[in-house]
Amino acid sequence: MPEVWIPPKLQQLTGGKQQVQVEGGTVRQLINSLERQYPGVKEFLCDEGEEDLIPGLAVIVDGETSQLGMLQKVQENSEVHFLPAIAGG
Amino acid sequence: MLEYKPNMVLSNEEFDVVGSRPVRHDGADKVTGRARYGADTNLPGLLHGKILRSPHAHAVIKSIDTSAAAAHPGVFAVVTSADWPETSMKLSDLAEGAIQNLGFLSMNVLARGKALYKGHAIAAVAASNAHVAEEALAKIKVDYEVLKPVLTADEGMKPDAPILHERLAAVSNAALRPGGLLDDDAESLRTNIANQFEFKLGDVEQGFKDADVIVEKETSTQAVHQGYIEPHAGTAHWQADGKLTIWSSSQGQFTVRDHTARFLGIPVSDVKAYAMEIGGGFGAKTVLYAEPVAALLSRKSGRPVKVQMNRTEVFEATGPTSGTKIKVKIGATKDGKLIAAEADLVYEAGAFPGSPVSPGAQCMMGQYDIPNAHLTAKDVLVNRPKSAAYRAPGAPSSAFCMETALDELCEKLGMDPLEFRLMNSSKEGVRRVTGPMTPKVGYIETLQAAKDHPHYNAKLEGKHRGRGVATGFWGNNTGPASAVAVVNSDGTISLTEGSPDIGGSRAAMAMHVAEVLGIPVSDIKPQVGDTDSIGFTSNTGGSSVTFKSGWACYEAAQSVKKQMIERAAKIWEIPGEDVEYKEAILQHKSDPELKLTFKQIAGRMVPTGGPIVGSAGVNPPGAGPSIAAHIVDVEVDTDTGKVEILRYTALQDAGKAIHPSYVEGQIQGGVVQGIGWALNEEYVYNDNGAMVNSSFLDYRMPTSLDLPMIDTVIVEVANPNHPYGVRGVGEVPIVPPMAAISNAIYHAIGVRMNALPMSPDKVLEAIWAKEGK
Repeated sequence: MPEVWIPPKLQQLTGGKQQVQVEGGTVRQLINSLERQYPGVKEFLCDEGEEDLIPGLAVIVDGETSQLGMLQKVQENSEVHFLPAIAGG
Repeated sequence: MLEYKPNMVLSNEEFDVVGSRPVRHDGADKVTGRARYGADTNLPGLLHGKILRSPHAHAVIKSIDTSAAAAHPGVFAVVTSADWPETSMKLSDLAEGAIQNLGFLSMNVLARGKALYKGHAIAAVAASNAHVAEEALAKIKVDYEVLKPVLTADEGMKPDAPILHERLAAVSNAALRPGGLLDDDAESLRTNIANQFEFKLGDVEQGFKDADVIVEKETSTQAVHQGYIEPHAGTAHWQADGKLTIWSSSQGQFTVRDHTARFLGIPVSDVKAYAMEIGGGFGAKTVLYAEPVAALLSRKSGRPVKVQMNRTEVFEATGPTSGTKIKVKIGATKDGKLIAAEADLVYEAGAFPGSPVSPGAQCMMGQYDIPNAHLTAKDVLVNRPKSAAYRAPGAPSSAFCMETALDELCEKLGMDPLEFRLMNSSKEGVRRVTGPMTPKVGYIETLQAAKDHPHYNAKLEGKHRGRGVATGFWGNNTGPASAVAVVNSDGTISLTEGSPDIGGSRAAMAMHVAEVLGIPVSDIKPQVGDTDSIGFTSNTGGSSVTFKSGWACYEAAQSVKKQMIERAAKIWEIPGEDVEYKEAILQHKSDPELKLTFKQIAGRMVPTGGPIVGSAGVNPPGAGPSIAAHIVDVEVDTDTGKVEILRYTALQDAGKAIHPSYVEGQIQGGVVQGIGWALNEEYVYNDNGAMVNSSFLDYRMPTSLDLPMIDTVIVEVANPNHPYGVRGVGEVPIVPPMAAISNAIYHAIGVRMNALPMSPDKVLEAIWAKEGK
């Protein structure tokens, strides 16, 4: 299963776990799986319509920052991080 | 060993056009004065707008009386924030990549309720000329209740500090959400700390227990301005049909369109924005100041209105970068392996949330393999202009702390600083302290090139002279981009793309097309499209343009190539797969007699199927980070404290330099700005929060007389995610200079300078402190 790295501020919702393995073939499915296991996580990751990540949040899948957000596909052995998006000058 | 020459490129792959140095397409216009910049728009009936600015750093606006100004002869309109709707604080990315809290942005363009820094825009006047507008400004009566200002993050974080935003929705989120305001009935958090967050990796406590050598230090940096030559200028014309047209100097015409539309509560399709030529932006022209005010004045007056800032307004009211305070603790084994790091970063956001503390934290240790790390960060409000992006926003300050700490560590370990960095450098697949793995990037190759460079191996003789090195990391950006390539009947191509050209990108875009099609780059006619004539393209920023818009141009050219092949196949009545395209010649694969040139088919476009137009809209991932290593020699005058730069060499992984001259220009420009930041530049405030050096006479930027020629080495480790291997180049060169110069000063006179700027008075004080004076 893909492994999701939980941001430090959200680890209180995952019982202190820094990484969790959850089912899903897209970022959206991973977040929904996370929410089922650790209720409350989703509101920190998704906007109100649950169609997009919250503004300013980037999802990094296997080392690459995704441009597709919730629609990004993930592999069975993918590693997924949520980090602040970097805007440049 | 390789023989280094000035400004050399260590190439990884040769192409026909990519990597060459053609004359830029916009060069003649720029050197002859024909190019039109932000303030060059002149329309029939044009009015001139001027902005009334707060004389106080922190004040409640109790009332504004504009009646006398409105009655002043020659005045056509007076506006305040009451003239437009209150923009929602709800966060929105506008579906196209812009990450801004537009509610706060609107309150920055025209103050609502409170003046939050000296220079904050309060009201604006449109008049027949600028002098009349200024006379009218003097007649606007504003009743202020003056409050105590908060001028530093340290003051702002005190429990009894004056509060800038009573209803601030402070956050502590993994994402740097720019916050917002709480509902009226919500209990006030009464804080100036808009955001605080952290990154953790491994077991830091154990890491420090295992360390043989530990260094701790604290650094501070002052706010500095991007210092572009061209002040902000925007002209707006609200036509009788309700459509709004804007001409301005900006880093993104689509941002101008989208943000202005949001402020005014009108559809984006009613706004058309042109990107004029731009006399420098460096991040701060991703933000709107003048354009929405001009639009508001135009709507009210029914005439086109130009708002043009002067230099004082630019300093006092547009975004500088943040002042910072950063603590770091690093630990290594006695054989030089970094094993633990801790850092706490505090950045001043200015009057609204959103300093670059997040990228500062994310980039601080990005180039190192450190298994145990903990970074904490805070975004703090102060009564200063809202900070804006400045070339690798946030990273130069954190690198100043980290890279000077590493120099101290190397000294304790007795190790060569480049050898130490080579030993601890991150590589593809190594986990960064923020979590994700490092992608392919030429950190080791760049360090090795620095170590081999004659500058590093040259003897430095003379009293009070020293050499310093430092490196920098920046996580380049990407984004959506569009391009349209239209084939003309003479075989040339009109290329329209969406990125305002700041650093020679027209040439780089044309070179992508020329490389694909095998035609001369002079046959490509590049132009930057307005918002009605090209698809959405995100800002020229984040070192993204050559990557994303270059990719769009590459795809548009591929489409043209495919259509040219189809036309040849149609003419010869053969399948397309039997046509070979090579160096602008189309040929039957098995019949060498059948041959047509690109120009010949272009001349037969209409009878073979009509115009040939290639277009592309992309949002490519994989920009990859960038890496820089700098070497600097300085001489310190111990009588005056003046630091002279004797020699400077900047090495950088560019992935693949499309046009090496413009990459070198970016590197040299970044270094020069870094030298200014290091040695002279700072915002100086009095106790009332007024900037006292808001002119180029008193705000000292480097000139050519202060500097040697900056030598560059472009190292090319191809980015596997781009057709030609491009990675962004514009920002990382400003990251290492401050640390490199501080390290050089230490090696010259034995004094560690931990605060910027390292101006003569500060250096002299440090020398005296060392001597016990």
